[in-house]
Amino acid sequence: MNPHPSMFVLCCRKILMVFAFYIAGAVAVISTLLMLTRLNVVHALLYLIVSLLGVAVVFYTLGAAFVAALEVIIYAGAIMVLFVFVVMMLNLGAHAVEMEREWLTPGIWAGPVILASILIIEIVYLVHGASGGLNSGAVPPKQVGIALFGPYLIGVELASLLLLAGLVGAYHLGYRQVEKREILHDSDTHERRAVAGGDLVLAGADKPARTP
Amino acid sequence: MTSPYPILSILGIVVVAMSIAAFLIWVERRLLALWQDRYGPNRVGPFGLLQVLADTIKIFMKEDWVPPFVDKPVFILAPAIVFVTVLMSFAVLPVAPGIIVSDLNIGLLFFLAMSSLGVYSVVLAGWSSNNKYALLGGLRAAAQMLSYEVFMGISLMGVVILAGSFSLPSIVDGQRRMWFVIPQFLGFVLFLIAGLAETRRIPFDLPEAESELVAGYHSEYSGMKFGMFFVGEYMGVTLISSMIAVLFFGGWLGPGLPGVVWFLIKTFFFISFFVLVRAALPRPRFDQLMSWGWKVMLPLALANLLVTGAVVLVWR
Repeated sequence: MNPHPSMFVLCCRKILMVFAFYIAGAVAVISTLLMLTRLNVVHALLYLIVSLLGVAVVFYTLGAAFVAALEVIIYAGAIMVLFVFVVMMLNLGAHAVEMEREWLTPGIWAGPVILASILIIEIVYLVHGASGGLNSGAVPPKQVGIALFGPYLIGVELASLLLLAGLVGAYHLGYRQVEKREILHDSDTHERRAVAGGDLVLAGADKPARTP
Repeated sequence: MTSPYPILSILGIVVVAMSIAAFLIWVERRLLALWQDRYGPNRVGPFGLLQVLADTIKIFMKEDWVPPFVDKPVFILAPAIVFVTVLMSFAVLPVAPGIIVSDLNIGLLFFLAMSSLGVYSVVLAGWSSNNKYALLGGLRAAAQMLSYEVFMGISLMGVVILAGSFSLPSIVDGQRRMWFVIPQFLGFVLFLIAGLAETRRIPFDLPEAESELVAGYHSEYSGMKFGMFFVGEYMGVTLISSMIAVLFFGGWLGPGLPGVVWFLIKTFFFISFFVLVRAALPRPRFDQLMSWGWKVMLPLALANLLVTGAVVLVWR
């Protein structure tokens, strides 16, 4: 960057930022709508990821570069990977898509549409009265850290308590008493080998199979 | 400090990164051969240098087949993601003073963000292939890369504390007196291991373990789509090696030679190290991999961060 960029360059940069803001916002809104209407769960998740990336660009154009990076790293890069992971593990097939199609009747949209339109009216009202916009300036990461561990310390502590509680809960649910002894194959015990007369291929053949 | 010729640096870095990645295939095969007492590819061109070119021509001629049972849009998208995310990371890489595409003040976070998005390529390839081996490979990749990404980020925070910035050129500038590998040796080791896991190189190549999963997540890929995964892996190796050089070994700093040369020397040193690791180490079991990541590496990374923070607080 030049030490003294001309007025023209600054103006151009600002117009480009405004364009980027609106394009990213449009991408985020459209991909969220597509996410809601997809029948295939993985496709819906992919649209949600695109929507989160769009929101990250919106944050960046508003000057919150640090928040934009965290949005990508944590939401798009970690939480959504876990969602995809779980969906992959469930391995839903074509019947899941059919079930989804039966569930997504026009009637089911009524409630969410009413609630969402109330929110939209509120947002329009708030935005109408608000001033300013993109000229808030960039916020460096250091300032975010100082704000978080200064005036907002209690919020950070509460969030970490909540996360710790979640972690302990997950640990409790996932915990099971693991048998310390490694399960050996039938042929791996000395008695079995003795029964088979040292023949490893036949070892354990006198015992009924473990699986039906 | 953006480059005076942005288009030139973008083109330069893309072309150089991609040619180094392609050239690496030959380097790796020759080096592996050297360490295993054989010749490696030595027939096509001088020293077998044109082997990569011959392979590329061959792979372009091959049928690029999309099996009928796959989820077609996701199947085609997956190999593109690995390429795009790695190339985007090269944008914040400072090769020499002034040779950088974009000096973001959150450059390091941008690199971490792109490497966390890179997971999707493998995961979606595994899922969209609609094949049990590919799915298992994708599941393994998701769990592995998520686990190793956590302490990859934390292991770099020591460097950020010492340099006082997320911007990569400032991190290099902060190493004028001393390379960060000396105060941050633990961070360097942790980042190296996390980098190996993120690029899915041999001790950590469980997502494509050929002895148990056919070829893992790319079992169903053929032609240049497979080639994209292959070159993407080598671009990842180049990226991680150059990141190690920038973050811990002073990037372009060095006596006598121009900055670019120092940067390339350091990067090639770590690329060769990656190849040596591949030649030397066996593959662990998957549960060993996970418990190693969460029970050993993550606490070590957190301890490193804590100690570095405390020392810096007392020192200043």
